[in-house]
This record gives sequence, C-alpha cells and structure tokens, in this order.
Amino acid sequence: MELIGLINYWIVIVLMMTGFYIVIAHDNLVKKIVGLNIFQVSVFVFYITMAKVKGGTAPILAEGITTYSNPLPHVLILTAIVVGVATTALGLALVVRIRDAYGTIEDDDFENQDGEP
Amino acid sequence: MGFMAVIGFAVARLRNLFAVVMLTGLFSLTAAVLYVILDAVDVAFTEAAVGAGISTVLMLGTLALTSSEERVEKSGGSKWALVLVVVTGCVLVYGTLDMPPFGDPTAAIHHHVAPYYLEKSGQEIGLPNVVTSVLASYRGYDTLGEVFVIFTAAIGVLLIIGRPQFGRRRSHRMLVGELHESMRTNVILRVGSKLLIPVILLFALYVQWHGDFGPGGGFQAGVIFASGFILYALIFDIDTARTMIPARTTRLFLVFGVLLYTGVGVAGLFLGGNFLDYSVLAANPVSGQHLGILLVEFGVGLTVAAAMISIFFTFAHQEH
Amino acid sequence: MAAAFSSHLPALQVVLALLAAPLCVVLRRPGAAWMIATVITWALLAIAMVLLGRVLETGTITYALGSWPAPWGIEYRIDLANAFVLVLVTLIGSVVMPYARASIPAEIEEPRIYLFYCMYLLNLAGLLGIAITGDVFNLFVFLEISSLSSYVMISLSRDRRALVAAYRYLIMGTIGATFYIIGVGMMYQVTGTLNMVDLATLIPNLTDNRTVMVALAFLCVGLSLKLALFPLHLWLPNAYAYAPSAVSAFLASTGTKVAVYALARILFTVFGGSVLIDDFGLQELLVVLAVAAMIGGSAVAIYQSNVKRLLAYSSIAQIGYMILGLSMASVIGMTAGLVHLFNHALMKGGLFMVMGCVFFRLSSVQVEDMEGLAKRMPLTMAAFVAGGFGLIGMPLTAGFISKWHLIQAALEKGWWGAVAVILVSSLLAVIYIWRVVEAAYFKPPPKGAAEISEAPLSMLVPMWVMIGMSYYFGIDATLTLDITTGAAETLLGGIQ
Repeated sequence: MELIGLINYWIVIVLMMTGFYIVIAHDNLVKKIVGLNIFQVSVFVFYITMAKVKGGTAPILAEGITTYSNPLPHVLILTAIVVGVATTALGLALVVRIRDAYGTIEDDDFENQDGEP
Repeated sequence: MGFMAVIGFAVARLRNLFAVVMLTGLFSLTAAVLYVILDAVDVAFTEAAVGAGISTVLMLGTLALTSSEERVEKSGGSKWALVLVVVTGCVLVYGTLDMPPFGDPTAAIHHHVAPYYLEKSGQEIGLPNVVTSVLASYRGYDTLGEVFVIFTAAIGVLLIIGRPQFGRRRSHRMLVGELHESMRTNVILRVGSKLLIPVILLFALYVQWHGDFGPGGGFQAGVIFASGFILYALIFDIDTARTMIPARTTRLFLVFGVLLYTGVGVAGLFLGGNFLDYSVLAANPVSGQHLGILLVEFGVGLTVAAAMISIFFTFAHQEH
Repeated sequence: MAAAFSSHLPALQVVLALLAAPLCVVLRRPGAAWMIATVITWALLAIAMVLLGRVLETGTITYALGSWPAPWGIEYRIDLANAFVLVLVTLIGSVVMPYARASIPAEIEEPRIYLFYCMYLLNLAGLLGIAITGDVFNLFVFLEISSLSSYVMISLSRDRRALVAAYRYLIMGTIGATFYIIGVGMMYQVTGTLNMVDLATLIPNLTDNRTVMVALAFLCVGLSLKLALFPLHLWLPNAYAYAPSAVSAFLASTGTKVAVYALARILFTVFGGSVLIDDFGLQELLVVLAVAAMIGGSAVAIYQSNVKRLLAYSSIAQIGYMILGLSMASVIGMTAGLVHLFNHALMKGGLFMVMGCVFFRLSSVQVEDMEGLAKRMPLTMAAFVAGGFGLIGMPLTAGFISKWHLIQAALEKGWWGAVAVILVSSLLAVIYIWRVVEAAYFKPPPKGAAEISEAPLSMLVPMWVMIGMSYYFGIDATLTLDITTGAAETLLGGIQ
C-alpha cells in the first residue's frame, strides 16, 4: 500500500532526470538551458507534492476550514522559481554574446575555434 | 503529471528549437495547473507568469538572435550522460522509500514548524494568506535575498549584452523587426491589445494589493505589470515603448525597490527591533506587520517589474 | 547610537554590502563605485573582526532576523568556524579592492566598470550570507546571489573564452544548486525544519532513514560542485584563467573556500560528523577524491602554458588538501584543513594578483611571453617566487604550516599513504612553479619585446601585502592555529 503513495514522487523523479539528461547530453547551448528549466521545475513539483495534505485546501485562512496544505514549501518554491528565472535570463544573455563572439552555439565548437582544451 | 513526462521526452528528442521552447512553456503551464490541484495557488500563479511567460519570451528572443535548429549530435557523449542520469534517478528512488506517502497528514513536516504558521499567523500578523505571511514576514529575509537575485540578474543582463550608451536613440533593426510589420497592420491585435493592456496593468495593481487576502503579491504583480509593457512593445513600436519607460527610469525603480525593502528592514533596527522586524513599525505590532508587509511587497513588485522590463528591452535592443 | 548598532552587527555584516550594491548603480561613475566598494569592504572587515573577537570571548552568537525566533524565522548563527570565514572573505576583498583600481580598467571597458563593482558587492554579500547563516534554505538563496554575480563577473573579460567559461560555470553551478535544493527538500520532508541547529537535534534519530542518506548525498554533491572537488572541478580552470585578474584573485580566494566551509557545516554541525566515520564509506570516498585532486591537479598544472590556468589547476590540488584535512574528522586534521583554507586564500590571491600585474604590462599570461620578465618587473616576479614557495610548502610560509599540520594529522591516524601523497604533490608543485620561474629569470626576453616597466604602485602594494601576510602567518601562526583549532573543535563537538 505504501508504494502507491510513492508513485507520485517517482514520476517526478522521471521528470527531473529527463531535464538533467537534456542538460548534460546535449551540446546546443539553448537546449541545455531548456533542460535546466525542466530539471528545476520538476524539483519544484517535488516540493509542492510534499506539501499537499489529503483533504486540505490552499493555505489561506478562512472560516470553517481546519485542514490546510503546508504553506512552507510554497514559500520556498516561490523563491526558487524566481532564482530559476534569474539564472535562465543570465544564461540566455551569455548565449547571445557567445553567438556574437563565435558564430555558433554548439558546445563543442568553441574549442575548435580557440585551439585550446 | 504523465502529460508533463511526455512533454519532457519530446523536448529531449526534438531538434527544432522553436518547438522545444514552446513545449517548455507548455511544460511550465502544465506544472502551474498541477500546482492548483495541489493547493499551491500562489505558486501556480507565479509559475504561470514567470515560467510560462517570461522564460518563454526570453528563450524565443534568444533563438531569434541566434539559430533555431539544433545540430545533429554525435552519439558518444550521450551514453555516459544516460548512465549518469539513470544512476542518479535510481539513487533518488532509493531515497523515496522512506518518505511519507503522498498527502499523508501525519508526515513530519505538517507537525513541526509549519503548524505554527497556520495557527499563529492569524494573531501575530493578521493576514488570511498564510503564504504571504511566511514569505514577507517570518521568512522575509529569504525574500529580500530573492529580490536581490532578480536585481543581480537584471544588472547582469545589462552588463552582458547591454549597450553602455543609454539614452541615445538609435534606430537599428530590432529583434522584433519582422514580427512588427505583420503585427502592426493586424487590426485585431492592435485594437485588442489597446483594450487589454490597461486591464493587464490594473490587474497587476490588484494582484499587488490583494496578495494579503488571496493569491498574489509582489512577484506576480511585478511580472504581470511588466508583461503589459512588453505586450505593447511587441505589438506596437518598441521605441515608443522605450520612451514611456526610459532606461533611466527602469533603473531607478529597480534600485528603489530593493532599497525600499532593505530600508524597511533597517527602519526596524532604528526602532528597537532586529533587522526586518515589522512589529516595531507601528504602535500596534499587528499594524506594524501589515505596514511592513505592504511596503516590502511593494518594493518587490517594483523591482521585479523593472527587472523584467529591463531584461526584455536589453534583449530586444540587440542587433539582429 | 553605536551601542544600538553593535548588537545588530550580524545583520549589518551582510546588509551593508546589499545596500551598497544598488548605490553603485545609481552613481554611474567608475571612480565613485570603486570608492564605495572599497570603503564598504573595509567596514565589513571591521565588523567581521569585531564579531570574531566577540565569539572568542563569549561563544556562539545568534541573531533572529525579523525578530522571529528560530525555527519559525531565519537565524544567523556565528561560531568560531564561520566568524573565521567572515574575516577571511572580507580581508581578501579589502586587499583586492585597492588593487582593482588600476587592474580593472585595464581589463574591462570603462562604461561597464561601475556595474562591475555592483556585482562585486553582490558577490561579497552572497559569500558573507552563506557563511553567516544558520538556515539551510537561506544558504541556498545567498549561494545563488554569489553564484550569479560570479558568472557575470567572469564573463566581463575582453577575452571571448571567458564567455564560454562563464556559461559552463553557470550550467554546472546551477546543477549543483539544484542538487543542493533536492537535498534540502528531502531533509525538510523527514524533519519539517530548515534550521541547522534544529536539524542537528533531529537527525540522530533518523540515521537509518534512507531519505536522509540520499539527502546527504545530494547536499554533498551539490556543494562539491561549488567547491570544485575532483571530479566536479571542470568549470574552474577556464573560469579562473579567463576572468579579469582582480576577479580571479578574489574568487579564487573566496568562492571555493566558502563552499568548503558550507560542506563542513553540513557534514559536521548538521549531520554530526559521526556520519563520516560510521556510515557508508563517506570518509573513504572523500579521501580518494582529495588524493586524486592533489595529484591530478598538480600534474595537469605542469603542462599548462597559460599561467593563470596553471594556478587554477593548482587550486584544485590545494582544495584536495583541504578536503583531506576535513575528511579526517580529527581535531588536528580539521585544523589543518581550515588553516589551509586561510593560508591558500592568501597565497593564491597574491599569485593571481601577480598575474594581473603581468597582464597589465604584457597583455598576456602565457609562459612563453613571460621570458626574461624578472629583469623588467623584478618586484612582481619576486612576489611570484614568494607565493610559489608557499604553494610548495617551504618553511616560513603559511603553506608550510598547513602542510606540516596535515602531515601530522595523517601520521596520527596512521595514514601513511596520505603522507606520501602530500609529499609527492608538493614535489609536483615545485615543478610547475619552476616552469614559470625558469622562464622569467633564466631565459632572455623575446626578440622585439616592448619596453615595459614595473606594475603601478597601487597594484604592487596590495599584492605584496597579500604575500606578506602569507609569510607573517607562516612565521607566527599562533593566531590562525588557535582560531582554527577552536573552529575544528566547535565543528566536531556538534551542538552544545
């Protein structure tokens, strides 16, 4: 019975690993950032999944409701989302500059142009 | 969640980067829906605005400035990556075995620290939205850090791809040049957005102030506000949009927001509390909390809006 | 007024830097921005020293942000281990900032300089925030502030390779941060708290919990990426080599050191150190990786013709020393690791400043271009030799102190292999230092080399101050050893 409760987490792990794979396996700079995004969003889903309480509602105090889902992970993820978009913005800015400087955005092309490992 | 997994795989396999980016946006949007189902309404709001909105726009912008096809990869490196990913995944699954099952109300996290917020925030802070109470007050310092993260990103983007000569009106082929012509002449878009933009801006203000009572608050408001301007710039004329909020003004707001937030914290110092203690800001601690939260959320909204606008315009001003 | 502020020094240690950064943006003049950055860094050094003094006298200091007590609010917790790190970071900044005045304009375009100082202050705030906090999620937030600003600072060099280096660092660093967050999430899930002290009390009851073990793994991997522990060091060589010189000098001396501190904090304070000895071979793993770093880093350094890259690989080896010390989980071992953290920061900072001077005049940092440099830039090259002695571990240098203690610690534990490795890697260091010294002193200058003079005084003085300090603390190490021994004892003692 216990395993059923864990299936949600496993699906999230699959999502995370998909994102992680995209980051490390692909050479295109933009795709790497996309992968990073997917990885991060999946981690957020993991946190929010953790916060849910069966029979609870959104943590906004209201008359007559006694069970709420946990607000703390929500707060943490709000912060994490912002950090994520900040990273994405900087990463993409770097990609634009790299394109200007090298004419390509595939990771293994840079060494060929500069002649250094 | 299965839907998200499908999207994830598609992203991995596709080579057309435009499609990849749109799918990522869809991924975020699906996540947002999932959050609503999981009772995380504030988070859903933010994910939709930030993840599906801003990130997608920036990625599209980058693609327009670079290239839209991914080259065919050689296979060698991918094997290692696959192994690593599978190993990491297995480790994670191993870790889940001792986790409390999904939705379990007896899980540790619902009995330590968190219940305090649910029980006490009503008296100590007096706001219905517990997430806002925690975000802006109990853990307000994290939020301060987060605002500085956004600030860092905005300045960073300026440093990396900004043109140091601000204020000079140059006309160059804008990134959105081609899109422009078709959009400018499309009557439906013009009229529609003229109607929509004021609504968007108003909605942003509503979200900003209403965040204490329902989902909302500084971040979401800031992003929505920025998207109003961005929409205008996309459909109409980017130069005109720029004159409405020149670089100097954006920068001023960017700085003012973080200084406001930090300033509220310092004010607490002068009035006898610790840094970021709002209870001392007014005669009645609860009013102090309200005041403090109001001010810092406003600071957040300002900086976030200014940052998003600044980042967008910096990208948009790149020559194609 | 002063008394009122003095109880808030913990908050001001970070807030002052945070406040100064936007001010630089408003001022727009490079000179003014530099002034703010320098003055604030000096003020922060003063604060850090006061805090260290207080901790030495009265013990651990805590400070509740927002006046909400932990674990409901975020608290700052300063004991000997992090007071020491705070002083280190601000000290390095205080010496690099005067140096930057001349160095930065030579490497970054003028219109961007004022924003550079803004980034520097944000980076400083981030590093201090990591060191001073007692909350694991707060650590993440400031970790990202420092990381993001690092990526930007590195990319500012005119060399386009810096852009790729910054991008790769961004990708790897974000993966590390995400791993860290996964670890925090799992820890939170089984304990319900984010406060370090609170976690420390709850974890001993959970040592069999698989989630906790996996969480520890992710936390360690995440932080190891940031501290460039082999094999997760791949971002470091290029990032340090191509960044502007003052940036290399500052980051090389602070970024990874703070990450090492964070790892020690997680392993020992939160997880109670016994984890290393008892469970699943973590100690063995760390030792193996440390040894690999020490030998591998030193060996690869020998083959580098870009001297900054050489120094970067040397850093990877030196980080191996620190991790070796930490993994011993004994007082002497940890003292050695921590004191090397401090000593290496001084030596490497000084050496990167040397390369900054070289670049200032030569616009190159290749060994071939440095031939015969000793005649034309005697003071600069002498500093290189002096710093190099430190890396090798000659007596009278701070490097000697660290290595000596490390060897003693290894002997105490009967780890003969480790002693051998320490000696071998020191020999390797001789080789790579010799490569540069030989070129500068014993080869004639390249044909047609332009007439150059010494580096300007504003760069020479801070450089020599840094090197000088590494000798001061090599000759009289009582202060550093006392503090680091105390810090080691605090970390090993767990929560009192």
